[in-house]
Amino acid sequence: MSEATVLGGQEVVGVGRIEGPIMVVEGASNVSYDEVVEIQDVRGDTRRGRVLEVGEGFAVVQVFAGSTGLSIDGTRVRFLGNTLHMPVAEEMLGRIFDGLGTPIDGGPEPLTDVYRDVNGQPINPTARIYPRDYIQTGISTIDGVNTLLRGQKLPLFSGAGMPHDQLAAQIVRQATLGRVAGAPQTEGEEFAIVFAAMGVKNDVADYFRKSFTESGALTRVAMFLNLADDPPVERIVTPRAALTLAEYLAYDLGKHVLVVLTDMTNYGEALRQISNVRGEVPSRKGYPGYLYSDLASLYERTGRIRTSEGSITQIPILTMPNDDMTHPMPDLTGYITEGQIVLGRELYYAGVYPPVTVLPSLSRLMKDGIGKGRTRDDHPRWGAQLYAGYAKTQDIRALASVIGEEELSEVDQKYLKFGRAFEREFVNQAFTENRTIERTLEIGWKLLSMLPKGELTRVTLDEIKQYYKGDDATS
Amino acid sequence: MANEVGTITWISGPVVRARGSRHVGMLELVEVGQDRLVGEVIGLKGDQMTVQVYEETAGMQPGAPIYGTGLPLSVELGPGLIQSIYDGVQRPLPLIEQAMGSFINRGARFDSISREKKWKYTPKANVGDEVKGGTILGVAMETDTFEHRVMVHPDDKGTLTWVASAGEYTVNDTIAKIKVGKEEKSVTMLQRWPVRRPRPFVQRRGANIPLITGQRILDTFFPVAKGGAAGIPGPFGSGKTVTQHSIAKWADAEVIVYIGCGERGNEMTEVLQEFPHLVDPRSGRPLMERTVLIANTSNMPVAAREASIYTGITIAEYYRDMGYHVALMADSTSRWAEALREVSGRLEEMPAEEGYPAYLAGRLAEFYERAGYVDNLNGSQGSVSIVGAVSPPGGDFSEPVTQHTKRFIRCFWALDKSLASARHFPAINWLDSYSEYIEDVGNWWREKTGKDWLAMRTKAMELLSEEARLSQIVKLVGPDALPYAERMVLETSRLIREGILQQNATDTVDAYSSVEKQIRLLELVLYFHERGMAIVKRGAPINLIHDLPVVDTIIRAKSSVTNEEINKLDDIQKMIDQQMGQLDAEYR
Ligand SMILES: Nc1ncnc2c1ncn2[C@@H]1O[C@H](COP(=O)(O)OP(=O)(O)OP(=O)(O)O)[C@@H](O)[C@H]1O
Ligand SMILES: [Mg+2]
Repeated sequence: MSEATVLGGQEVVGVGRIEGPIMVVEGASNVSYDEVVEIQDVRGDTRRGRVLEVGEGFAVVQVFAGSTGLSIDGTRVRFLGNTLHMPVAEEMLGRIFDGLGTPIDGGPEPLTDVYRDVNGQPINPTARIYPRDYIQTGISTIDGVNTLLRGQKLPLFSGAGMPHDQLAAQIVRQATLGRVAGAPQTEGEEFAIVFAAMGVKNDVADYFRKSFTESGALTRVAMFLNLADDPPVERIVTPRAALTLAEYLAYDLGKHVLVVLTDMTNYGEALRQISNVRGEVPSRKGYPGYLYSDLASLYERTGRIRTSEGSITQIPILTMPNDDMTHPMPDLTGYITEGQIVLGRELYYAGVYPPVTVLPSLSRLMKDGIGKGRTRDDHPRWGAQLYAGYAKTQDIRALASVIGEEELSEVDQKYLKFGRAFEREFVNQAFTENRTIERTLEIGWKLLSMLPKGELTRVTLDEIKQYYKGDDATS
Repeated sequence: MANEVGTITWISGPVVRARGSRHVGMLELVEVGQDRLVGEVIGLKGDQMTVQVYEETAGMQPGAPIYGTGLPLSVELGPGLIQSIYDGVQRPLPLIEQAMGSFINRGARFDSISREKKWKYTPKANVGDEVKGGTILGVAMETDTFEHRVMVHPDDKGTLTWVASAGEYTVNDTIAKIKVGKEEKSVTMLQRWPVRRPRPFVQRRGANIPLITGQRILDTFFPVAKGGAAGIPGPFGSGKTVTQHSIAKWADAEVIVYIGCGERGNEMTEVLQEFPHLVDPRSGRPLMERTVLIANTSNMPVAAREASIYTGITIAEYYRDMGYHVALMADSTSRWAEALREVSGRLEEMPAEEGYPAYLAGRLAEFYERAGYVDNLNGSQGSVSIVGAVSPPGGDFSEPVTQHTKRFIRCFWALDKSLASARHFPAINWLDSYSEYIEDVGNWWREKTGKDWLAMRTKAMELLSEEARLSQIVKLVGPDALPYAERMVLETSRLIREGILQQNATDTVDAYSSVEKQIRLLELVLYFHERGMAIVKRGAPINLIHDLPVVDTIIRAKSSVTNEEINKLDDIQKMIDQQMGQLDAEYR
């Protein structure tokens, strides 16, 4: 063991039991719950872990790198006397770290004496500022009908093989502080980006790195990488390390931070694995009963606080096993986040990019960031109308598949046309297309104008007068 | 004060085991470790005790001491509760912020109720009066208009030997003295009550006055009575929180207790920032002046989440005892149940369904049983109504928390994912929901509005279930195959759905509908139906009715006609008369 890693603390030689990533250490006293340990194998290599449970003379330790190569006899365990802390510094932007926050880009350790507990602490609800400022992502299905605000947590629910990475990269590339429709574009301060990969393949990480490089964002990005072939248990720490840096950047330095976490499903896997090894009583699908609280301890590290100018906006990415939204990972995520953007196979196969299925998508904070003085007065009702129209289209499609399109009433046929145009012109846009809020609203009105006025009960009569462009002659 | 009663032997998350004195009581409040974190004894076996800790236990070690207090987990009750925001064990969050900054640190100790603040107090009892638990000794002005009725502690009684004169007092000042036997006891405005023990009352009364929420689908279709209990289950994003916020804003209760139990921080912030600026339509005062908030968000310690429900209901009962009508919202009871499960799991108790402990049903029953419309000890009447949100995994109502909750509530507001996706809000499914209070509150409606609400509601529900049946046919063969009379049912049902059931919580006019507006809208739609039915039965094509301009007017009335100008609805009735009259003439 090198001198540098000996941080003091008591050392125990020998381990009682090893099972998967869990190790029971006997004969230790004065061990604290959640304390960090350093484990040295017979060859002298070290790895880290933390205490999950502690009793008199024993401690249950979770080994981040897994227990491969550890033996009952030769293993030395050193209890380091504190919970897991990491250094944080502004200069970590532009750098790449492993899943535990150690640099892997060949550069030096961040030079700082600010160390933070990776678990963070809950934000006091009285200290929060309710999010109000929208982020223009240039994507109609987000800005128009699922608006993202600074300080919001809005996950992408996707499935294997769908372009969630592209969408996330496009959001990161195009995100600017929103402005009122018609107001001149101002040069806003750019987002700092904290990117955490959990169990994704190397090419996914590469894709993001390339995308950040191309858009010139790389110097504003800190990447925390736990890839598919990295130890799964480390994944439990990766998002926490990323969020610890994000909190420092946002709340200490006043930056606006965009956090991308991918793939939360792999994170859940790791949690489930540890829970199973420990023989805990599972709730659904083998996931531990505390999955909700655990996820909340990540997702709730989002928002704005009164003592800082900065903000943390989270975009977690989740591939739904079997595209099943009731699976515990998307389900419990949806119960914590402030909405979700759902990608769908059907649109994806139809060649629509981004394949955002708008009906199950939702931004709960949207209502507070749009409308008069924020985007445009008609925006909320316009959005509700588009939704209602598209929802009705779905019913009519079902009917058409039974009785045939020709048998539909004239109005219903208009809905079908509206629905197709909605998918092709509103949802669909190029990976490089950055739409202004005006443009998004304009496309929406153009589509609504395909329907008879009498159908538009969600918008006001004045708005119809001002924006409706159809040739419907009725009242 | 607290003396050492044990030594920690084991720690796992919020659960700690210790060895020590046999004199510690079950459910006793203890202080754990050097930092003296708050905990509660939840298991005893010989000299072993199990403690759930209300704060983060990271850094704690076996061998550390546990201190007993001899008291059960209790809340402080007195003036100053209203407008407060507490965590699950009644720690005032604003003071925690002042002392610790934006993040909640452990080891915070603050009085739940300010000891310095002075309240304008007027005595209402006289020396020589025989008093008992609940007797009102005087009133303190808790806000400019809210009377906090200072009561004798439920466990005390005796003769008043001294009363303070009108003046300004803190909760530590003596405001009366009671002689019990030979002893004299000083009484202040502050009392403590163990949260897990319901506060006593004389008897329950029938629940036959509706809690008016201003939400049409609730008041008109699935009313909950004052003193009743309602459950609102739904998948994520279906509208539990928005509905509960709406009820907290507009319900005709005098006190609101809102418990954010394991939910989002931003949602509590929203209430904190919004309520002071919203005006109670009845009192004309800011809504915050009748609200107590308990916020134990999802990332705050899980054991305190378990306690938050009890903290909230005890505060609600306290105001009920003064003779007030209190409405309590718990968002979400599922997170509370999960807290039970988490602690139970760490205790390695035998799990029942889905890992929940076998006592889940019992705990739910105890909670909902604390709702009620009662005769208080002091002769007044008050009520606690409970609205509990339920968050079933995957939106599946067959899971244990939803199923058990159903046994203890009488009003079920079933949220529906597909309605929410179609942006039909509130996404309460009118076919899956029910209220067992309908018959009970019928009289109230008749007296209040002079109209036969029950008959109208029944008619509307018939139309909606007929619509559901017909839609099945339409799905198979299209609407054209239906006779006009049946299509008239579809037309009217659409008016009921879009013009009455749908209610936009973010629209200033639509957010709250007075009882008068609700019944008048319903009347209007049914009148439209009756006239239309007569005409189509004589052979008029349905599309003539569908295309009448008044249809659009009726659908928009909810947000275009304010509660103050409901006579404008009479004008809409005239439009119906006029437009239907023309058709009527053509098809005579
Ligand atoms: N009455 C309503 N009027 C307008 N919008 C509504 C209404 N009810 C719900 N919504 C919309 O639905 C969204 C989700 O509602 P809400 O946050 O209450 O869901 P929830 O059931 O509490 O979800 P969760 O279980 O995840 O907390 C809101 O953000 C809002 O956009
Ligand atoms: Mg909610």
